[in-house]
Amino acid sequence: MLRKMYADQSIFYTIGNVEIMKLDFSGLESSAPLYGGSDDLLSDGFSDAPSFDLPVTSDFDGFQKNSIQMVKPAKGTTTLAFIFKEGVMVAADSRASMGGYISSQSVKKIIEINPYMLGTMAGGAADCQFWHRNLGIKCRLHELANKRRISVTGASKMLANILYSYRGMGLSVGTMIAGWDEKGPGLYYVDSEGGRLKGTKFSVGSGSPYAYGVLDSGYRYDMSIEEAAELARRSIYHATFRDGASGGVASVYHVGPTGWTKLSGDDVGELHYSYYPVEPAIVEQEMTEAVAA
Amino acid sequence: MECVFGMVGKGFALVVADTSAVNSILVHKSNEDKIMVLDSHKLMGASGEAGDRAQFTEYVQKNVSLYQFRNGIPLTTKAAANFMRGELATALRKNPYMVNIVLAGYDKETGPSLYFIDYIATLHKVDKAAFGYGSYFSLAMMDRHYHPDMTVDEAIALADQCIEEIRSRLVVAPQNFLIKIVDENGAREHSWRRTTKD
Repeated sequence: MLRKMYADQSIFYTIGNVEIMKLDFSGLESSAPLYGGSDDLLSDGFSDAPSFDLPVTSDFDGFQKNSIQMVKPAKGTTTLAFIFKEGVMVAADSRASMGGYISSQSVKKIIEINPYMLGTMAGGAADCQFWHRNLGIKCRLHELANKRRISVTGASKMLANILYSYRGMGLSVGTMIAGWDEKGPGLYYVDSEGGRLKGTKFSVGSGSPYAYGVLDSGYRYDMSIEEAAELARRSIYHATFRDGASGGVASVYHVGPTGWTKLSGDDVGELHYSYYPVEPAIVEQEMTEAVAA
Repeated sequence: MECVFGMVGKGFALVVADTSAVNSILVHKSNEDKIMVLDSHKLMGASGEAGDRAQFTEYVQKNVSLYQFRNGIPLTTKAAANFMRGELATALRKNPYMVNIVLAGYDKETGPSLYFIDYIATLHKVDKAAFGYGSYFSLAMMDRHYHPDMTVDEAIALADQCIEEIRSRLVVAPQNFLIKIVDENGAREHSWRRTTKD
């Protein structure tokens, strides 16, 4: 049984004794019919004012908090960056997933903010992409206004302050800002909870514990670029091997005094077979044609 | 997990804090300085959510130096404590800062002092204070062994005893600790207690 009650701005539908609040979109209703104004079945759904049910719950705030919690901790990805002798090494996988479904295997998770600065993407893809683009704009404006490039410290703080101002509003961002400025290599971890950490070695995303396992054991400050790139690649590979939400290709970037360069992008499946080649199996017993009796 | 504590001795006050930046099960960093040097004679040990901690401590630091620039004299420790309490109290009914503070300072007139300020804007003048999981251990430890006219060496020894207890009894014990001290010669870093290198 459905009963309509008009109360101020919103309409309450009562089904049994559960009350569902509906948003009122009647202000958006067009006075002119969409097409033809016929009463055929096709256009029927379009002429109605759209409305959607709010979830049936006694504790809406709690529901909202829980749904934010669902997207927050597992960032469904693996990204890493570390400072070493020759600069900063940045690496990431390329998988995008929506729950259990893999929605893409070719995402650019390393975002090129400017020729000297990279950002990594973990968490909400849209949030990361938008705010990195936004940061890129702000960095360029800073450069034009001050006739010198912004420091990694300054750029990361701008991003952290923006994210902090949206704290608790559902943004999901876990990023590392890596670059080269007047003081040399710089690396910061910034997240949507407002945290900002300066460091020399970070990994972000659901695959990060696996990546840390390989990274921590293989890290030395005085590595060559080749060694560092291989360590980064291998860390991402091992993370994609164990973490279902990470996969695709392992891309590796290096940031040095002259800016960043992309070093490699390898399909982790191919990496697997190059690290662990399939041994030709010894045939234990061969089937032979049965001798006709 | 987070451990911040402090105590007042004879002519000085000290603040001890862990240096871990934790995100669920991950330790992102083990050399994060959580004790801000507010001005020449004030130490502000803070625990709480990472974003709020960084924002609030920096906000207070800038305002304390703004006051000094405008008026030519620094805030007393008591005044700074009341300023922080006020800011936390106004924020409390809007968007609260999730930060707990142990404020240590040294003033010419009043000597060393220690203030306990929590995120719900409680302010207490105390001679020993602690926040976080470590407080369960360090509070009892300080209650038992503290006396008001402790020397620096005695206080450091007690702080070490607290750190040792936290390390041996707390499941989620942080790896490294940082000790800072404030006396008539100013606020400064005293020493680190490390078990890992970053």
